[in-house]
Order: sequence, then structure tokens, then C-alpha cells
Amino acid sequence: MFMKPSILATAIATCLVAQSASAASPTNEEMWELIKKQQQQIEALKNRLNVTDEKVEVTEQKVEATGEMLEERSGSASSSWVERTRIGGYGELKYHNWSNQKEGGSDKKDMDSHRFVLFFSHQFNDRIRFFSEFELEHGLSKDTDDGSGPGEVELEQMYVDFDLNENHTARAGVFLMPIGFLNETHEPNTFYGVDRSPVEKNIIPTTWWEGGAGAHGELMPGLNYDVSLTSGLKVPTSGSNAFLIRKGRQKVAKATAEAPAFTGALSWTGIAGLELGGAIQYQSDLTQSANDNEVSALLLEAHASWQSGPFGLKALYARWDLDSDDAKAIGRDEQMGWYIEPSYKISVGEHNLGFFARYALWDNEAGNSASTEYKQVNVGVNYWPHEDVVLKFDYQNQSSPDGKNEYDGFNLGFGYQF
Amino acid sequence: MRYIIFSLVVLMCSGQLAARGTYQTPQDFLAEVFAQQVPKPQKLWIVKDLKQQVKKILGHRLGSLRLRYWREDQKTVWILEEVGKEEVITVGVVVDDNKIEQLKVLIFRESRGWEVRHAFFTDQFKQATLQDNLKLDRSIDGISGATLSVRALRKLARLALLFHQHVVK
Repeated sequence: MFMKPSILATAIATCLVAQSASAASPTNEEMWELIKKQQQQIEALKNRLNVTDEKVEVTEQKVEATGEMLEERSGSASSSWVERTRIGGYGELKYHNWSNQKEGGSDKKDMDSHRFVLFFSHQFNDRIRFFSEFELEHGLSKDTDDGSGPGEVELEQMYVDFDLNENHTARAGVFLMPIGFLNETHEPNTFYGVDRSPVEKNIIPTTWWEGGAGAHGELMPGLNYDVSLTSGLKVPTSGSNAFLIRKGRQKVAKATAEAPAFTGALSWTGIAGLELGGAIQYQSDLTQSANDNEVSALLLEAHASWQSGPFGLKALYARWDLDSDDAKAIGRDEQMGWYIEPSYKISVGEHNLGFFARYALWDNEAGNSASTEYKQVNVGVNYWPHEDVVLKFDYQNQSSPDGKNEYDGFNLGFGYQF
Repeated sequence: MRYIIFSLVVLMCSGQLAARGTYQTPQDFLAEVFAQQVPKPQKLWIVKDLKQQVKKILGHRLGSLRLRYWREDQKTVWILEEVGKEEVITVGVVVDDNKIEQLKVLIFRESRGWEVRHAFFTDQFKQATLQDNLKLDRSIDGISGATLSVRALRKLARLALLFHQHVVK
């Protein structure tokens, strides 16, 4: 009896599958071995995980220790000499392009590295500190027989502050008079215009420093004071510069000290953005003479500044009164000036751009009836690519008394502080 | 003249908030903010992108790798320092909901510019937020003669808001 081929093939296939299925199914013993092996692998992985966890914890501890050590080191450095000593400074370069509006007068076009200044300060302890300002003006100082030469090397500040308590500080040395806006704060990035205000320059007279002692501090929230007893101005008494205030600056350079100067200043900053301030100085003899021809002098100064958002406004008035018939005879018994300066400052990304206008009037011969005042209008722009660096442009239009130069033109400037 | 001098002496001797010195210790500030229940400080590491953002705000690197801060729910408190003109000013800043709740000058070491510690100035920072360009959402009116102190406080306000964003997400 023969089977059909198809049935035979199916039968053979079924047997093979049955045999195969029978071969793939592990036995109980094999299953148990597999489970034991897998359990061993799990235990091994758990051990590795535990070791990793321990390593992570140790690493965290090391990182923590490193962080603490670095913090301790940076803290201990604060007591070193280096950490208690500071260097700073500022500088300014100017270009003037002025046309003299008076017939026969000479124009003025110059490029001047006007100031290169270095500050050195040191904190002796929590209550006593030293500050100094060393300056080179006009790029070159030459020692000549006749005193000519473009520049000067000056010691503008050299003082020590002693904190009497937390509100009041005593000061001794060479320091700036606390009068006006610019006399104490005149880094180029802090004011508008290439040149400093002609009123502060010619009347106050900025920059003005003396040697002596004083005290300053806070009387009540927002009300600050500054008083001092110092050397004084010594104005010439003859020649074309007779009794001119600016010509009286001795700069504490072997300064004649026959008559001291008493200075007091108050400023109120009780509202953010607003400052009201004023100063008074009395000198019993502005000529520092050893004889009886004393010329007493009184300076009165007042200023206000207001800043709100992008808008700013500054105004200042200053006046000297000299008790001298000789000064009166040439109108210099009264010397005064004032200015007003609105401004508008905007941010352009990381940079700042400020626009300003200034009207200034000053008269060093205000005591006579002749028209002897100067008037000047400046309009311009300051650009700060960084808060401590400034590029400046301004245009000026000046009106001067008869016989005096009258300069109209533009100015370019660059300045920095650090 | 005598009256003026007498008045000045009386004012000089009057007890009022110090111009220069420690107005409040950081510990007292924290105790005041958290009503004596000061949480355990946490640490923020200043690395990678945050490091660059800090440098952009300050103009220099931060003096430390990490900062301690105190957190309660969505509020964080930061004790930060920055140089004004020559010395470091220590400031406490409370940030809540990405806005400055309070900014207070704790220790002032400069010889001038101390007006920044008064409420008439620091109140300007209340509710200030940080814009995408890392600047404050408002202009802060300065104080004449305290420009560098004002600048330092502006930077610290921005830093506190930036750090808050990094830890409260």
C-alpha cells in the first residue's frame, strides 16, 4: 500500500516540527540556570551602581571642598596690600576749530592732549584712607627759564580721610574745593561738551584745589555738608590780569599763606534725580599780602541739577565780591557768571547718546557799567560706546566784549575714565 | 553766624542713619525677610551661558564660582556685592515672581555716594523686571555725585533678576 506523496510530506513535516518544538523548550533545570545567571548579572549591575553612586558622592564632596577653598582664598585676599590699593585715572584729547570773529584776530585750531590723570588710593584700615590725583596737562611739561611750555605736571589731590564716626569724616591734605558741578567731578564722561563750562572755569575757578583741613558728611538723609580751612587764592594786583580770579590759583605750589580761606558747602539730594547745592567761601585777603592792603573776598555759588528719565537740566550761578578800590576801578570788584544746560540722553543697545545745549554768561569785570560780559552758546552730542568712554562733538557761538577775541567754531573730543 | 554753627554742630551730633558703614548685616536682613525662619541656603553655580550673561551685566567676571541664595516657594533672596568707585557695596535683593520686591543697601564702604542707601533712591527698583536684553524695564534716576554707586546698584538689581530666572523655572 503506497501513501500519497502530499500526505507523506505533511506527515514528515509534522514530525520535524514536533521534534523541533520539543528541542526549543528549556527544561526546568535550564530555566533555573538561566534565572541564576540573570540574577548574578543583576547583582553585578547593582554593585556597579552602588560604586557609581559612591563616586558621585565623593565627586560632589570634592567639588564642594574646592568651591569652599576658592571662596576662602578670595576672602583672605581682601586684607592684602594689593587689595587695599587702587589705581584709576582719566584722560581727554581735544580738537578745537575756531574762527575769530574779530577783525584782525587770529583763529585757533589745535589738537591738545589736554589731560592725562592718574589716581592712587590706599585703604590703611577701615577708618583711614588715602587718595591722590597726579596730572599731566597738555602732553608736555618743560622746565624753561621763562616758564613757557605747553603743559604742567600737577599734584591736584593728596589727602587722607579719617572717619570720625559713621556720619562724619575729617580730611587733611590737598583737595578740591567743593564748589560747583565740575570742580570735584570732572572726568570727561561725566559732563557735556568738549571743554568744561566757561563759567566754572573763569569764575569759580575750576579746577581749583587748596591745601588744609576740613570735614564732610551727612547731616540728615539727603543733606550733605563740607567745610574746610585752607590756603587761598593769590590774585595779581597789577597788569592785565590784576584781580582776575582764575589767575589767583596757587595750586599749593609753595603757596603764600598769609590769609586762609574758609569754605562751606551744602547739597541736598533727597529726591532721586534732583540736587540742590551751594557754597560760600570767604578770604580775608585775596592778594595774600603781608601789608595792610588787604582785599577781602566772598564767593557765593548755587547750583541745581535735575534728571528724570532721558531728560536732564543743570543750572549754576557764581559770584565773587572783592572789597578793593583798585579792583573796583577796573570793574573787577565783582566777577560773576551763570549757565543753564538742558540735555536729552537715550540708550542705543549697549551704547548711550546724549544731546545738550548750554547758554553761558560770564563777566570778570561786572563791577563796571561797560558791556564786558561774554556769552556763549554750545550745542552738541556725547556718545558713550561704554559708560567710561566718551566721544564728543559740539558747536560753539560766542559773543565777547570789545577788544577781546570772539571764537565761533566746533570742537571734537575723546575721553575715558577707569 | 553763631546760630548757624550751633545748628551745624547739633545736626552733626544727631543720631541718625550712618552715612558709611554697616546699615544691616546680611544675617539680620535674611531674618527680617523670612520672619526669623531663614531657609537653608542653596547654591547656584555660575557656569556656561549664565557666566556669559553675568559678564555682560557686570562688565567683568563674577568673583566666585557659585552663589548662595535663599528660597521660599517662588521667592529668592540674594546677597550681592559690586564695586562702586573704589569699594565694594553689599546689597540684599528680594525677588518674587520675577520682580524685585525689595532692594536694600546693607553695607556701604565708599567715601561718597552714600545717598543711594535711602529709600527715595532704592524704592525705584521695586517691581522692576529684567528685559530680554538683560536691562531693567525702567530708567533709574541717579544721584549727583553718586554716579558710580548708582551704576553698581543697577547692575546688582539686574543680576538678582537674572539669577532668579535661573533657579525658579
